[in-house]
Amino acid sequence: MTARSLAYAYAVAQDAPGLRSALDGLTGVLREPVHLVRPTRGGDPVAAVSPVPAEDFDQAALAAHLEDLPWLEALARSHHGVIEAIARCTTVLPLRLATVYLDDDRVRSVLDDGQGAFLDQLSRLAEHVEWGVKLYVEAPAASQAAPSRAPDLSPGRAYLHRRRAEQESQHDAFRAAEEAAERIGAAAREHGAGRARHRVQQGELALEPGVNVMNDAYLVPLDHAEAFRADVLNSTDGLTGVRVVVTGPWAPYSFAAPGPAGETAP
Amino acid sequence: MTDPIANRLGPLPSRSAPPYGQSSASLADILERVLDKGIVIAGDIQINLLDIELLTIKLRLLIASVDKAKEMGIDWWEHDPSLSSRAGSAPSLEEENRLLREQIEENRRLREELSALRADPAALPPTEGTAENAAAPRRPARPKRAEPATRSATRRGEA
Repeated sequence: MTARSLAYAYAVAQDAPGLRSALDGLTGVLREPVHLVRPTRGGDPVAAVSPVPAEDFDQAALAAHLEDLPWLEALARSHHGVIEAIARCTTVLPLRLATVYLDDDRVRSVLDDGQGAFLDQLSRLAEHVEWGVKLYVEAPAASQAAPSRAPDLSPGRAYLHRRRAEQESQHDAFRAAEEAAERIGAAAREHGAGRARHRVQQGELALEPGVNVMNDAYLVPLDHAEAFRADVLNSTDGLTGVRVVVTGPWAPYSFAAPGPAGETAP
Repeated sequence: MTDPIANRLGPLPSRSAPPYGQSSASLADILERVLDKGIVIAGDIQINLLDIELLTIKLRLLIASVDKAKEMGIDWWEHDPSLSSRAGSAPSLEEENRLLREQIEENRRLREELSALRADPAALPPTEGTAENAAAPRRPARPKRAEPATRSATRRGEA
């Protein structure tokens, strides 16, 4: 690399026996190899870093790139890939996308300065996983709503009849979603899961069919993770018009920031 | 959905099998985590905070609803050409109402013209006249049909 490079920091993590080998051969943003930076006095925590070209990551370039969705997607997926790789073998604190330093020494000084706080956060998240839980209300099946009556009704009446049937089924679906959400809340309490809310997904990037009515993340103790996920998947049993989607396990992104981000269940 | 969680859970030190979702995770799910969550530490490269704010808001438009953003008092995208198509497809009730009113007004004007023409057949254009006559009475129904669909889009947005 002849061009000047900067240090892109992905995450702060608890060092672990498997971490070095997990990073061996791992590439991050722009396929650059990822390495660990340690505090000056050694020990924990460590930071995962890779070099990035200054021409793409200085202030102006970065700001412009971040507005470019394909570029942003590539960056986000690379960032995410490194964090997942680390999460597989140790506790990880994901950093916000595009946390960039002049060099590794600057990363090291951040580790030195924040050592205590990082370690607190890491111990809080140890042995936990994050599940994403989304509830969708299915779009009403318009064709089924008013099937055989239509012929003897005038077009206007048939239309109103159909609309009313659609509205009723939609209303029922929202009631069902409420019921499912209550069951999920009960499961969270039972398994000691903390919750973080995300905005419901409704825009162009929301590809799942139906209307997203709940988009939460749960931080679940590892030994309850399987049971919690099963309970969540069962939360829509016997309910119609509502669908539950579980994603993950994720690194604890939604709970990495200290403070009241996760309402921990009693 | 039935695959055992043991295969999906990576973070246990004892588990070597990876399958963390990675490539299969949806972009929306990833972006809401890497952009909105995660620890914020001041980097050396200070991205103009205003830019980040704008970016985040744009993504919120991609991820969350326009109504939500409006609730937050944010409406600048209505003047942002790069987002105007999206803004246009979002249920702007005022805009749709305005179009409906225009349509109704247009229909009323056409009806008046038609009745004027009926009263004076000599003024009818040679060929189009009869077709216009036949089609016109059905027109006013059109906006009425459009109306409930508009409301339902709004209702879904608010839900």
